[in-house]
Amino acid sequence: MPDESLIQLNDINRTFTLGDSQVHALRHVDLTITRGEYIAVMGPSGSGKSTLLNLVGLLDRADAGTYKLEGRDVTTLNSDEQARVRSERIGFIFQSFHLVPRLTAAANIELPLTLAGMPASERAKRVSQALKEYGLTDRAQHRPNELSGGQRQRVAIARATILRPAVLLADEPTGNLDRVTGEEVVRLLESLNAQGMTLIVVTHDQALGARARRQIRMEDGGVVSDVTNTPNPAAT
Amino acid sequence: MKITDTFRYAGDAATGAPLRTGLLILAMSIGVAAVVILTALGDGARRYVVGEFSAIGSNLIIVLPGRSETRGFNPANIITSTPRDLTLEDANALLRLPQVQRISPILIATTEINAAGKLRETMLLGTNDEFIRVRQLKMGLGRFLSKDEVGYGSAEVVLGALIRREIFGAENPLGKTVRVGDRRLRVVGVLSEGGRGMGMTTDELVIVPVATAQAMLNTNTLFRIMVEARSREQIGEVKARVLKMITQRHEGEEDVTVITQDAVLQTFDKILNVLTLGVAGIAAISLAVAGILVMNVMLVSVTQRTGEIGLLKALGATSAAVRQLFMVEAVLLSLSGAIVGVGLGYLGAAFLRYLYPAFPAYPPLWAVLAGLGTALVSGLVFGVMPARRAAELDPIQALSKR
Repeated sequence: MPDESLIQLNDINRTFTLGDSQVHALRHVDLTITRGEYIAVMGPSGSGKSTLLNLVGLLDRADAGTYKLEGRDVTTLNSDEQARVRSERIGFIFQSFHLVPRLTAAANIELPLTLAGMPASERAKRVSQALKEYGLTDRAQHRPNELSGGQRQRVAIARATILRPAVLLADEPTGNLDRVTGEEVVRLLESLNAQGMTLIVVTHDQALGARARRQIRMEDGGVVSDVTNTPNPAAT
Repeated sequence: MKITDTFRYAGDAATGAPLRTGLLILAMSIGVAAVVILTALGDGARRYVVGEFSAIGSNLIIVLPGRSETRGFNPANIITSTPRDLTLEDANALLRLPQVQRISPILIATTEINAAGKLRETMLLGTNDEFIRVRQLKMGLGRFLSKDEVGYGSAEVVLGALIRREIFGAENPLGKTVRVGDRRLRVVGVLSEGGRGMGMTTDELVIVPVATAQAMLNTNTLFRIMVEARSREQIGEVKARVLKMITQRHEGEEDVTVITQDAVLQTFDKILNVLTLGVAGIAAISLAVAGILVMNVMLVSVTQRTGEIGLLKALGATSAAVRQLFMVEAVLLSLSGAIVGVGLGYLGAAFLRYLYPAFPAYPPLWAVLAGLGTALVSGLVFGVMPARRAAELDPIQALSKR
């Protein structure tokens, strides 16, 4: 079992200080996620689900508790080492896409490779491959403002997955999209999951959450329910 | 992140906001252009003055009648305090000094020249045959004054180029007679155009033998004596000996002033160099202002691009990489501003030279390098704070914005 667990959170606490008051964003969270899982994290605003996502994505640090990613304790890493882990093992997808507006779709997808210091020829190869996979080849030289919402999120997903991360973290990936394109994006994410990529989606959307095999419900900084559905072929 | 990619990304970021980048480059370029143009002016003034002074000849020592400085109380002053005049005999006596190559007595007056029915006011210069070598002038036509062995003065005249043109036009003036003052003189030569020195052009001169001039003006005094030393090393010695000899000839009274071209040159050189430096310093203030502008713009840019910075961090950029991106952008901006500024400065200096062709307004290399260097350093210094702020940005808050 320890071999299989990708993410292991033990007794994680995170407290924010807002003015004089203390806000417990996460309290005593224990969570184990195995490779290839499809998880939806749901709950009302302020329940701590985004904090959990940030913490798993190493954008935030826990005040107490341990976080093991692929068996390695990453809570004690310094910020440069954490940046490296983010670069290699974690992909982020945001509600507002967060594309760099002045860069073309291709350059946006290339960004993680550039930051990782990959040689230009190798980058070009990988980017054109990714553009093909995500059906963006004819949009490669367009800037984000010339792309539709669905295309933008596809660019963002291509960017998040180009370094083949172990886990894909999506924060309301369909929040800014209409029903149909949202559905497309979710299918795309699910197909990535089907290829073995661990997928964690934070959402308000009950319908979206229901599609995940494992549903975690949070309230007031704690996990209140953690249900794993039996695989249902009809859902995909 | 590779350094070339860092530069490309920073360059894209700069060109991605053309108005902001353009204004910043404009501000920086004005600062650098100010340094370049003002130092070109200062250095041009120095070159102009030094050039004027060098144009009068080389290794020169100039003797002026009268003392221009006081040296405490001298009992001789009680008895006689009127300076004696400089005479032609004083000048000829100086030729006996072994280190003296040649001398040239000078007498100057205004007079009028009259020929071919035309009358013109002009400057009369009485001197000897050596003048052309002492002043290093060139003849345009004919020959210079002949050697006056006897010292009576011959009825010869050499015309300046402008005088010749205005009186004779295209006609050959050699051998013609002109009336200068109350004398009729024969034209033996014409100076070539463009001789100058000490703010005086030789184009408007009428040159006659010194004895002739003295007779015309009914005087036996000289305006100056120009002494040329055999070499540069002997200038100091010649100066002392000239002073001693004339003092002896003037009954022990030191009533002349001896200045050397070198000393005057060096003094002007020094003064005008300091002036140029001062002007450069004033211009550098505008560079500092531009530097602060760089900081301001970069700070605004960091605030505007928090989302992007957060994203870069989420994609695995280290704080060092983010800091580097913003530093490089600041440096690129100030450096391109500086390069544009140097271009503008050279253009401005060229325009100055076009307006005043006599004024050598070339920007000195040190000023150009200093301008570029200051711009680069101000980009680095003023880029640090914004870059650090960007690097320290909390990625979660940065991403949640927008």
